[in-house]
Amino acid sequence: MLPNSPAQIELWKAFRKEISQSDAAHTRSMILEQSRLARREILAMIQSAGMGHVGGDFSVIDILTTLYFAELNIDPSNAAKENRDWFILSKGHCAAAFYATLAYSGYFDPHELSTFMQPMSMLNGHPSKGKISGIETSTGPLGHGLPIAVGIAIAAKIQKQEQRTFVVLGDGELQEGTNWEAAMTASQYKLSNLIVIIDRNRLQQGAGTEDTNGLDPLDKKWESFGWDVQVVDGHEPLELLDAIRGQKSDRPRCIIANTVKGKGVSFMENRAEWHHKVPSVEQNGAALEELLG
Amino acid sequence: MSTDKSTAQGFDNRIAFAETLINLASSNPRIVAVASDSVGSSNLNAFKAAFPDRLVNVGIAEQDLVGVGAGLANAGLIPFICAASCFLTARAMEQIKVDIAYSNTPAILCGMSPGVAYGELGPTHHSIEDLAWLRVLPNITVAVPADAIETEHVVRWAAQASQPTFIRVSRHKVPLLPGTERNFQPGTAHTLVQGEDITIIALGTMVSAALEATKLLKSKGISARLIHVTTLKPLDDELIVKAAGETGRIVTVEEASTIGGLGGAVAELLAQTHPTPMRMIGIPGIFAPTGNVDFLFEKFGMTPQGIANTCLEF
Repeated sequence: MLPNSPAQIELWKAFRKEISQSDAAHTRSMILEQSRLARREILAMIQSAGMGHVGGDFSVIDILTTLYFAELNIDPSNAAKENRDWFILSKGHCAAAFYATLAYSGYFDPHELSTFMQPMSMLNGHPSKGKISGIETSTGPLGHGLPIAVGIAIAAKIQKQEQRTFVVLGDGELQEGTNWEAAMTASQYKLSNLIVIIDRNRLQQGAGTEDTNGLDPLDKKWESFGWDVQVVDGHEPLELLDAIRGQKSDRPRCIIANTVKGKGVSFMENRAEWHHKVPSVEQNGAALEELLG
Repeated sequence: MSTDKSTAQGFDNRIAFAETLINLASSNPRIVAVASDSVGSSNLNAFKAAFPDRLVNVGIAEQDLVGVGAGLANAGLIPFICAASCFLTARAMEQIKVDIAYSNTPAILCGMSPGVAYGELGPTHHSIEDLAWLRVLPNITVAVPADAIETEHVVRWAAQASQPTFIRVSRHKVPLLPGTERNFQPGTAHTLVQGEDITIIALGTMVSAALEATKLLKSKGISARLIHVTTLKPLDDELIVKAAGETGRIVTVEEASTIGGLGGAVAELLAQTHPTPMRMIGIPGIFAPTGNVDFLFEKFGMTPQGIANTCLEF
């Protein structure tokens, strides 16, 4: 298990404190600036490893940054803190985005990011529980995160704990039937402490979701499974925060975050081949140029 | 364990399982049961009546069952995840691999009515592959209690072990064995009968049949040793290698496929340590024909006489 980074935790705490005292516009710019930094880090990790899932990393990173830098009740110095909010990244192939987020939150030293997928690294190609303290369960095969999140949320109810469970799902991942089994269970158990965020970039490995095994009307599907549903722009932190903090019922909540695969680099955006393509040296330079801001 | 459920044939281990679980749950609020419309078949109705808020039933959805169970364990509860072994292991194998074994989640998987317990319902409902599938996964202890008392010991151990565990809870009635009043330790097998000519290594429901087989063999002048294995993983390597060295021949018996289960485990061990001629009794790598459990045991030599015959012909 990698040790946490006390110095980075202090920076993260200062960030969270500043956010808590900021107006909406400053909150938005702080989160997007942190995401931009993370995108540059992700690009470097993938370049160094010669592997990765840059398209999905870039579509989900604004969601992860918003959660870890503005919303989750967590303590990176005590990752197993009681009554913490739980987070599961079900689309585990976007490990680079997750690692960059965890590192800048202080769960481990950001210098470790350069070991991504290297021999004996703690930064496996998919998140592995036990290697980094902030990872609540190993993910990678799709359709695993939501059932586990449902179990955690039921446990909180049985133990009468005030905590929330967040799980980020890919949209292509929703073709796995386990999500719909678990969606029914969450509704049956009235898991108002469970929040699903769908990274709706509309692309899967080889093609569009709607050209493969279509998901629309996605909001109606979740509503019909007994969930409260909101649709937001997944690259707008304030919309995400409003949805998370918004009206509550006794139903589980699904936030469909419309996103752009490859967001932030013009030649990657909305192109299926950037699911797991590795940029050439020239492309990497061009991408970095765009991410300099 | 109450003994009023005994029959001429013996005990259904599911009854001991459920009674022990209720006893433990009454003093440990962290114990929960998780079912997939399997409350009745897992004998959990009394648990549900006693602890209605601690019985999570996800309906007919085994992958959801194991994922939800993993989540409950992640969040600090002690889940006993119960379903017919054929569905639990085959349908939810990736959840068992990733959510339980790879994530090292302290959940207890309870494979009910395994082997050919569902007899004439056919190979869709037989669970003869579960041992091979579970044994190959790192981190998981695979326990196969041989009688009601050992079932109680294993369940008590699992509730406090805080590690991934698979318990194969048999349905086929078995008598109480001698020597099961001891404490259970994973990785420790027991020599039930001393012998010098041949060693029978038996698991689960086959231990009592093998015990009877040693008596038949004795009447023929054959001194057969009997090793009673409780955890297929970890295996008691030392005791098995010693028996191979001292008796020179090994016969394994299990209510499972002979591929990859006890027979496979013992063969892997001995091939690398003390190569020894072996015979394996169980379902011999085929889908079993239609027939009730007694017919199938008879057909595949999984009876005292069948086991004795294999030893005599060895």
